[in-house]
Amino acid sequence: MAGLEQQRKGSKQMTDYQDYLDFLYRALEPYNKQALALSESTELVADIGLSSLEVMEFIEKIEDHFDISIPLNILPDVNTIGELARKVRELNP
Amino acid sequence: MPPMLFDKFKTMAAFQAELAARQVAPFGAVTEELFSATEGVVQGRRVILAGSNNYLGLSWDPRCIQAARDAAARWGTGTTGSRMANGSFAEHRALEREMAAFYGLDHGIVFSTGYAATMGMCATLAGPGEVILLDADSHASIYDGVRLSGAEIMRFRHSDPDDLARRMRRLGERAGQALIIAEGIYSMLGDVAPLQEIAAIKREYGACLLVDEAHSLGALGATGRGAAQAAGVEDDVDFTVGTFSKSLGAIGGYCVSPHAELEAIRYCIRAYIFTASSSPSVIASTRQALRIIQQEPQLRDTLWDNAQRLYGGLRQLGLPVGPAASPVVAVEMTDQINTINCWQALLERGVYVNLVVPPASPSSNFLLRNSVSAAHSSAQIDDIIAAYAGLVEAGLLQPAKAG
Repeated sequence: MAGLEQQRKGSKQMTDYQDYLDFLYRALEPYNKQALALSESTELVADIGLSSLEVMEFIEKIEDHFDISIPLNILPDVNTIGELARKVRELNP
Repeated sequence: MPPMLFDKFKTMAAFQAELAARQVAPFGAVTEELFSATEGVVQGRRVILAGSNNYLGLSWDPRCIQAARDAAARWGTGTTGSRMANGSFAEHRALEREMAAFYGLDHGIVFSTGYAATMGMCATLAGPGEVILLDADSHASIYDGVRLSGAEIMRFRHSDPDDLARRMRRLGERAGQALIIAEGIYSMLGDVAPLQEIAAIKREYGACLLVDEAHSLGALGATGRGAAQAAGVEDDVDFTVGTFSKSLGAIGGYCVSPHAELEAIRYCIRAYIFTASSSPSVIASTRQALRIIQQEPQLRDTLWDNAQRLYGGLRQLGLPVGPAASPVVAVEMTDQINTINCWQALLERGVYVNLVVPPASPSSNFLLRNSVSAAHSSAQIDDIIAAYAGLVEAGLLQPAKAG
């Protein structure tokens, strides 16, 4: 848990795209019931099979972690984990 | 085969086929005859109507029926035009004045449906570059409206003022331009929004607040204005929207506001401009119903007595019905087929309720949604409870597992 706490404190400084990806990979674990090998091109709905309710729950977890609000407007343009990582990085100055 | 236009409807077609095979038709069940505001024939069965949203029973009030008759004789059956063109009759203007006066305000707009009122206001008030914060469990008319608005849309967790406050803080100086949207009574589970807390956040940041009182008009507040009146925060509400299709027993929608700008906003609302206005008979019965809810506050007391009676009865059966009594009492279920079977069994036992499936329900749960009316007799409420008890006895509803 100490590691998580440290990571939360450092989240504002975390600017590297790979760090965002790694966070998303970990946060997606509970939803990845087929144990897919996740990559930046993995699709949240088509591959992992997130339901619309799970998408919203997952987005809330990201929002809480980075202390940001993710506008619903970006969702139509986000299919893959990589696209989401880039959006979150944009929203977390 | 290349993908076809209709492929995306296959899942819905399969679901409908499954319902047809089971010989149940919960969606769009046909009402073949009505005997009163609370009894009719639905799909060949004489039933108590426990899913009508007819909270005060006014769709069957003889005074409202007479008003509609007189207006049809005087004005004809329809306006055949938009409010912006030939469709503003004296009746529409009168109802706008009366609706605003009912709220103690100066400005009001009447729309052809509640959907048009809410969707139209949500689509128009905020635009590109501005921010809307809406409750996650908002009605589809709110979601559809904000999507059309072009504004940045953020959801806060359902009825969670702390989450709303966090999101307002994150907005920085943009918070003062934000539009916050909440409902009074939420339509599916019957829970009431924490409007005191939401209004306090609105005040703190100088934002705008829109409250949808569709299910709370006539049901809550000292004079029936809704949840904001009950919470004592009406002064913080910039725009109240609602419908005539529930407690007022007709169809149509409204927006009232203390802001004089509403008169200019009116001409920017596409859902107001590009549709025909309500038939004069509908407006006339609505005006009469509005008079009745002001003259007969005891209707509200009867509604709540019935709500308590149904809620208490279902709770006593051990059914998962939510934390507090409300004119909407929903039994939450987890299994789709079981819920459908219960819906059908209730119909066969003489009770019509609403079957609600996601995404209309706010979670992945399925609902047997009951709505109570002041027009229900105590005996009818007891019959509804008895029908549920019959389902429990038959092993269709298992209280222990139902939650």
